[in-house]
Amino acid sequence: MLVSNLETAPGHRIVSHLGIAQGSTVRAKHVGRDFMSGLKNIVGGELKAYTELMQEARDEAVQRMTEEARSMGANAVLNLRFVTTSITMGAAEILAYGSAVTVEKL
Amino acid sequence: MEYLPAIFNIGWPLILLTIGYFVGRALEARHYVSIRQRERELQPVVALNTRYVPEGVNALGSVVVSGSVVVSSDYFKTFVAGFRTLFGGRFRSYETLLERARRQALLRMKLEARKSGSTLVIGVRFHTTKVAGSQTPSVEVLAFGTALHTTAP
Repeated sequence: MLVSNLETAPGHRIVSHLGIAQGSTVRAKHVGRDFMSGLKNIVGGELKAYTELMQEARDEAVQRMTEEARSMGANAVLNLRFVTTSITMGAAEILAYGSAVTVEKL
Repeated sequence: MEYLPAIFNIGWPLILLTIGYFVGRALEARHYVSIRQRERELQPVVALNTRYVPEGVNALGSVVVSGSVVVSSDYFKTFVAGFRTLFGGRFRSYETLLERARRQALLRMKLEARKSGSTLVIGVRFHTTKVAGSQTPSVEVLAFGTALHTTAP
């Protein structure tokens, strides 16, 4: 599955547009990790646990999006966009969406 | 003995402030050194925010690459920022925090691009989100774009 955040697929030609494909996930870290991050807040810097959390969540959202695109009969998703919203303490929703299209190699 | 809690109540934030100031500053300096070094290493990877393939580049394929980082302010910076809001003006301590985060995210994106065998990333976008779950402000910075393959991957 070809995924791109451009309106075009470099090296490919768009054959048909099928509509919007989207995937989202809501994630939270367990209390232990959150406590360690609390300690990290004293000295500042990167919160690795949260970086990982967001990365995993984003990968899952993209995967769900491509699955939806595949079920629509697409072989590419163009114009990929991400939206992140924090819902409550330590939990975040990540949404990935884009246009499902079929492309062919030039 | 009855004033012991009072000493503890004043002393504890002072200890945290001192730790936050010295350790936070040392970590920031170290981070800047590492960022500059990696920026030199990754100089061959070019990131553009244009949406179209530059003229003269023959793109055969592409892949989405991204880099992200969650950073938190330290106890001292948060304390100083609390005073800042009284008078307004520049939040210098937060400026450096966000700048570091953005450069770090861009570097991680470039690294992913290089791993996939690309030296040109176009359509780069930044996303900055506040991440909840802690008392001091922490933000996530995401950089993503489309890495072009000018030769077959």
